[in-house]
Amino acid sequence: MKHVGRCMALFGVLAIAAAACGSNDNGGGGGGAASSASGGGAVSSIGPTEGQLNLIAWPGYTQKSWVKPFEDQSGCKVTVKYGNTSDEMVQLMRQSGGTAYDGVSASGDATNRLIAAGDVAAVDVNTLFPEYADVMQSLQEPAHNTVDGVHYGVPYMWGPNILMFNTDMVKPAPTSWSSVFETSANPYAGKVTAYESPIYIADAALYLKATQPDLGITDPYELTQDQLTAATDLLKQQAGMIKKYWSVYTDEIDGFEAGDMVIGTAWPVNQSILVSDGKVPVSSVIPKEGVTGWADTWMMSSHAMHPNCMLKWMEYTLQPDVQTQVAEYYGATPSNTKSCAQLNKDLGADAKNYHCGDDAFLSQVALWKTPLSECGDDRGATCTDYSTWTNAWTEVRGQG
Amino acid sequence: MTNVPAARATPPPEGSGRRASAWLHGHRRVKLGLTLGPTLTWMIVVYLASLVLLLITSFWSLNELTSQIERIWTLKNFQTLWSTPVYRTITIRSVGMAAAVTLTDLVLAFPIAYLIARMARPRMRPLLLLAVVMPLWSNYLVRVFAWKIITSGNGPLHSLLGLVGIDHSISASNIAVWLTFSYLWLPFAILPIFGALERVPDSLLEASSDLGARGGLTFRRVIVPLVFPGMVAATIFTFSLTLGDYIAPILVGKAFFIGNAIYNLAGVAQNLPLAAAFAIVPIVIMGAYLVVARKLGAFEAI
Repeated sequence: MKHVGRCMALFGVLAIAAAACGSNDNGGGGGGAASSASGGGAVSSIGPTEGQLNLIAWPGYTQKSWVKPFEDQSGCKVTVKYGNTSDEMVQLMRQSGGTAYDGVSASGDATNRLIAAGDVAAVDVNTLFPEYADVMQSLQEPAHNTVDGVHYGVPYMWGPNILMFNTDMVKPAPTSWSSVFETSANPYAGKVTAYESPIYIADAALYLKATQPDLGITDPYELTQDQLTAATDLLKQQAGMIKKYWSVYTDEIDGFEAGDMVIGTAWPVNQSILVSDGKVPVSSVIPKEGVTGWADTWMMSSHAMHPNCMLKWMEYTLQPDVQTQVAEYYGATPSNTKSCAQLNKDLGADAKNYHCGDDAFLSQVALWKTPLSECGDDRGATCTDYSTWTNAWTEVRGQG
Repeated sequence: MTNVPAARATPPPEGSGRRASAWLHGHRRVKLGLTLGPTLTWMIVVYLASLVLLLITSFWSLNELTSQIERIWTLKNFQTLWSTPVYRTITIRSVGMAAAVTLTDLVLAFPIAYLIARMARPRMRPLLLLAVVMPLWSNYLVRVFAWKIITSGNGPLHSLLGLVGIDHSISASNIAVWLTFSYLWLPFAILPIFGALERVPDSLLEASSDLGARGGLTFRRVIVPLVFPGMVAATIFTFSLTLGDYIAPILVGKAFFIGNAIYNLAGVAQNLPLAAAFAIVPIVIMGAYLVVARKLGAFEAI
């Protein structure tokens, strides 16, 4: 593969030249570069790897114990930049015209933004990855990473946003999100926490969907202006009870361990870490109103410098044993159903919290997706988009 | 130029370095350009140009549909800032915090500076000054994190308050932010006041005493007026540093300050024009502050 060799040599000399070589993946490139299917423009084959892979990932998604074996078998040296929020990840993916990073573990509130802006490449997952057939039914072509039947990446982990609480301080165990939203005679006022992001508005909307049916909320991410205002009002009311909003997951862990927070929305990984730290007793529930959640997708930059390594990485992360490892470390649920047998065996009684391969449960979770002005139903373009949500969120956060 | 340059009158020195220096001696403008050029370029390109870009961006707008910046002149961002109550709330909160921190630091810094400048033995002075600037040797983040721990729910401050019967957690509150800022910027308040106090001539104090003024009167009528510009200079530091900081509120507080709102607008909403417009607000506030400070003679005291 002389062509690739020359590219690699140039890489050392001129970054621009390497960028030109790397961009072959879109143009149905020659030689050994990843090439596109003749029809849809989706990447459909993997060429020789480039020896390097730059990823953006949620902290905890790329531990050495499963990245090292990948490096050994693929020859791609992995460098990871942790993204602490979806917004940060979107920004990072656009750095240097999209060439700075090859791929990202994007959550559903980031994916549609990346797809709409053309930041990520279409990938012919069914041709490239035989393991794709084992992916859970609900994640085969979810709206957050598949547009008009075109796939933009492979699913990795998913999980619910649970209601976590300190079992010493919160008695009896809560069954409803009202413990964090209702202000009247709330015994936990001042010790509540919530997630610091516009996407948290969906949690309020989900609660209103159950408690105020006259608002007519059907999907917590498809809100008309009136519904958004109702959710924002609820959040403004809640703000007085919030000790501190958590943005980075360690904020919540610190807050619980310091006794500042006793109840609030959490990722399963936060609970796992608190349990393993053993400083405060915590537990969690899936409240009766339901939960929001996230499903993460490995996506490839449409200007990736190392597309073949990225495709190899996608292939690797779909492997059932890899996903089991990640799931057990991160406290998330794998998307590959073949991971479940091992996971259930390893976790024993705890396995029921993971709902591995449980399409019925997953279909109940309102997975994060980017709010768009197009409602996605017969209401047409009357919904509020993400930028309206961020303005609403600034109003919630600005007041106190 | 009518004068014959010195270099031409003396025999040419040997070596290229000497020749160059001789040549430069004869070409004053080139010399001036070479010495000031790099600094000026830095000032203009890096400092002023970025400010100008900021100003220009604030007059552009964001296409809500594509999230792309549209380069059409508009006052929309400033209208949004004016008509949305939350931005006013955030601005008032930030200015209030800056004022509270400034006042606190003045009250704390004056006695310390007075002690070092006028009461400590000359030998002790460098040691005391060293103690004042010592915190600046450690990383800013380390100091903020320290205060996060101090003010946290099971931290030392909470236990201390518990001893006097107050069971009120100040973690993640504006009080915690105020304490943290007051600590962070204290050295910047002490040093200018110390400088001003040190420059008060002893002869004036003796004269005041000769004319029958007691300690209190001398302090009020002689020392304070002389040190006043230094105090104003100190407030420039504490006020502007507080107004511009956004890390400490994230770590030890909960409420949004101007910096947090700008960060949110730029990083989350990706609305750079509105973020730029909001960034103009503290610049205007500081501009007005500096004009007043100049009138009060603070610039001679820095």
